[in-house]
Amino acid sequence: MSKKKLVLATTSLAGCFGCHMAFLDIDEQILDLVEVVEFNKSPFDDIKEFTKECDIGIVEGGCCNSENVRILREFRKHCKILVSIGQCAITGGLPAMRNGVPIKELFEEAFCNGPTVNNALIPNDEEIPMILDRVYPCHEIVKVDAFIPGCAPRGDLIWEVLTAIIEGKSLDHLSYRNFKFD
Amino acid sequence: MKRKITIDPVTRVEGHGKVTIKLDEQNKVIQSRLHIVEFRGFERFVQGRPYWEAAVLVQRLCGICPVSHHICAAKAMDRIIGVPSDELTPTGDKMRRLMHYGQFFQSHVLHFFHLASPDLLFGVNSDPVQRNIIGVIASFPELAKKAVLMRKFGQEIIRATAGKKIHGTGAIPGGINKHLTLAERDEFLKNNPEFNADLMVDWALEGVQLFKDYHKKNREAVDGFANFESNYMSLVRKDGALDIYHGGLRAVDSNGNKIFDHVDYQEYDQYITEEVRDWTYMKFPFIRSLGKEKGWYRVGPLARLNTCDFIPSPLAQKEFEEYKAYTHGKPSGASMHMHWARLIEVLHSAEMMRELLNDPDLYQGELTKTGQRTGEGVGVIEAPRGTLFHHYRVDEHDLITMCNLIVSTTSNNEGMNRAVSWVADNVISGNKEIPEGMLNQVEVAIRAYDPCLSCATHAIGKMPLNVSLFDHQGNLLDEAIKNGE
Repeated sequence: MSKKKLVLATTSLAGCFGCHMAFLDIDEQILDLVEVVEFNKSPFDDIKEFTKECDIGIVEGGCCNSENVRILREFRKHCKILVSIGQCAITGGLPAMRNGVPIKELFEEAFCNGPTVNNALIPNDEEIPMILDRVYPCHEIVKVDAFIPGCAPRGDLIWEVLTAIIEGKSLDHLSYRNFKFD
Repeated sequence: MKRKITIDPVTRVEGHGKVTIKLDEQNKVIQSRLHIVEFRGFERFVQGRPYWEAAVLVQRLCGICPVSHHICAAKAMDRIIGVPSDELTPTGDKMRRLMHYGQFFQSHVLHFFHLASPDLLFGVNSDPVQRNIIGVIASFPELAKKAVLMRKFGQEIIRATAGKKIHGTGAIPGGINKHLTLAERDEFLKNNPEFNADLMVDWALEGVQLFKDYHKKNREAVDGFANFESNYMSLVRKDGALDIYHGGLRAVDSNGNKIFDHVDYQEYDQYITEEVRDWTYMKFPFIRSLGKEKGWYRVGPLARLNTCDFIPSPLAQKEFEEYKAYTHGKPSGASMHMHWARLIEVLHSAEMMRELLNDPDLYQGELTKTGQRTGEGVGVIEAPRGTLFHHYRVDEHDLITMCNLIVSTTSNNEGMNRAVSWVADNVISGNKEIPEGMLNQVEVAIRAYDPCLSCATHAIGKMPLNVSLFDHQGNLLDEAIKNGE
């Protein structure tokens, strides 16, 4: 009789995917992880929409467009514990540096003014999502249950958090030396 | 009746992408597009920051290959402080090179083993539940363990040279900010019989062999799938060797004839320009002299093997010669050959890491150099996914006033769209029913290019298919949504 596996979902919204790479920095421990955890919607597999309720949802990246918000709300809906991982999810991170800049200027710099731009034109099509007025951290859109800081967090911290949640332990006593914020 | 197929989101694009395919009344494909849907605005918001922050900030473009951006920005800043990148101290140059080979190694391993291999190991049409890294761990545990350790090795090399595994700070304008220690060297070379540079070379060789075995059993599919002609571009060393860290720009056409060669990349903007199309946030670079229609080109592992004359490490060179013999010395346009090229580069990176770790210049010597401050600089490097361009202007207050980035995957935009069109025309077109295996093949084609952010969301099994019927005037007639299985 095998113990029921916990269900884990992950996503990268307006992140750089560095936090997912930090996740993989648990290295060989992933071979142990897959014994107790089953992945649902995640970039690491082929499940594109949630197919069941999840115990843990890990979200990287903040929200910079309408599609990010939609996916984040799906995660809140389908995951018991929602975790923001990395500075982008927690504060908006580096992409939030655009928050002080008028959106028009952002687009003009990329699509009109650059030295190698051939034809100045700002993309505008029904197939591409709407940009939000600013970049939002996840907890300004949905309630978030836990935060793993860092840019990117250490693999050791991610492993500690995962095992604490899997074993039903508190997140209040994680190793000080595993935390870093840059 | 006309219809539109949407694959949303697409797998393995930096940020997110989607594919739309429009079919006419006879189910013939009339349009297929890969839309890149993410936009962050780096080129604008980095303005006003001190120039020494560039290498640290801009690497947050990507968490898989931050080292590419880190080193490329540092190379641009070398110019700003008045030291051309090929005039750094031996320590500065070689530490950066070791960092770069480390990241090539881990990034290529991640892409091939963690992401692309499930399609090869289980089959393009196999059960999606199994067709992922977790499935590989379950069915091929020895292989999975090696892949995990290979990625770990590359990450540890990055940590030792850049200070952190992800988003480090080691490369600075004019050089590097630390030496390697002898203790670190011993960790990589000899302390651990189950984790060292020699093993990495052996396993890299096994990786190339894995592909060659797969190729032997699937020749037609590998050679024919999404095979089309194009120009190719990469950096090459003065003697024509593959050099992922520094060199001149070389572009060749589909026959291998040189379009331009050994171009000083400070002048890149005289050779390359970017077209904007309104249906995607990613631009379309092309070679100026050839114009928009004929000037598009591909970059990355396949392009590099198509442009370089030889690989300066013996085992990889041997594989290169075998590859060249198979392709009759001419550039190969087969998208799946990218995996072959990628694995040869994994081997090359392993050999180079071992060689550099034995080099005394890493352990002593001047770290940086300075020169006469200038106001503009371009850095170019071969990132795992292709040629990467960083261009900055800096004012007299040391603040960045302009930033122009042509990120590797951007140069493959047209190539990826062509690959999608190839699958649309050769696999999907003419069929009334479109099973998910066909849609998966679209993603397999895109995946071969290893667009940065190799996994985004990656779904085939439960892929919801949204079919909209438009008449030829674009009026929506009907809509059907299939929610996966």
